[in-house]
Amino acid sequence: MKIVILGCGRMGSTMATRLSREGQDVTVIDQEPDAFRRLKDYGGRTVLGNGLDPDVLRRAGIEQADAFVAVTNGDNRNITSVQIAKEIFRVPKVLARIYDPMRAAAYDQLGIPTLCTTMIGAGLMVDFLLGRQWGDVSQYCEIPAD
Amino acid sequence: MYVIIAGGGKVGYYLSKTLVAEGHEVLLIEQDKREVDRLAEELGQVVVRGDASEMRTMKEAGMARADVVVAVTGDDGDNLVISQLAKRKFGVPRTIARVNNPMNEELFHRLGIDQTVVSTKIIFNLIEQQIETDQVIPLAALRRGNIEVVEIDLSDDSPVLNDTVGMLELPPDTLIISVVRGEHALIPQADTRFESGDSVIALVKADREAELRAVFSGPGMA
Repeated sequence: MKIVILGCGRMGSTMATRLSREGQDVTVIDQEPDAFRRLKDYGGRTVLGNGLDPDVLRRAGIEQADAFVAVTNGDNRNITSVQIAKEIFRVPKVLARIYDPMRAAAYDQLGIPTLCTTMIGAGLMVDFLLGRQWGDVSQYCEIPAD
Repeated sequence: MYVIIAGGGKVGYYLSKTLVAEGHEVLLIEQDKREVDRLAEELGQVVVRGDASEMRTMKEAGMARADVVVAVTGDDGDNLVISQLAKRKFGVPRTIARVNNPMNEELFHRLGIDQTVVSTKIIFNLIEQQIETDQVIPLAALRRGNIEVVEIDLSDDSPVLNDTVGMLELPPDTLIISVVRGEHALIPQADTRFESGDSVIALVKADREAELRAVFSGPGMA
């Protein structure tokens, strides 16, 4: 599977390394050349540039990509790039990592797939503190109405 | 009209100022504290600090009753999210977003943003419109700075034919902004080569115009 990852921070580099070890065709984009130093034992490609620039995404091979995930530290950047991937390049599988639960909920309702790591992390912590078994991820993604 | 403006840079600032002067209700949202202090000193109560792409800030700003939301931050992602949430979550009838990368304009339209403002494109269109009128075009805003936009057509005997932009020895206070070749306007790079029939569009201080023209036409023709 051809996968494009936007953002080579802790999350992006960890995913990229794992997927590459599992034999997937991975390309990581970041606008900071230093970020790629996080990639250890990585057999994929790196592309330096702004992930909101369609030319940069093309260079990363988004036109042939089967999946695109955005894990920069900017929620809006992730949301926007995922929409570019979905609407312009018709990438079949996309996901945006979002910190802000309200924003994640709003975009989920608008049909943009998001993963709110804040909600998931908080949910797991709460369950741990209260001595409960950890459940399915989706139960942690339920966002309060307000 | 109630107008919410996100982003207190130059565009946001002047827009707020103009709208307030025309009697509109304006709220300018800016994230950076120092900028907010500076803006508040100039504009008064209409400035608030906050992340305009956050639902809470939007609610507090009274986004649901806004007639227009204008997103003019320097970040396309922020501008898209602000406009989208304004429109689809708060039902704002009109949203205008600034697009910093012209290539994202189509996307913004496809995603339901009513109007986009592409600053690079506006400047270009402005110049292009003026080109049709030919000759020297003093644009009002530039005129105050004593700067003119000039078009210079390269004839068959221009001394710069086959030279690159990088090879030119330009007088001070000049800038080549485009080379128009046939139907296409090129953004000149150091390695852009001049061809006969090209039109060179340049910004130039008024008193340097003759010198600039001499570079392209030869001293006798200036």
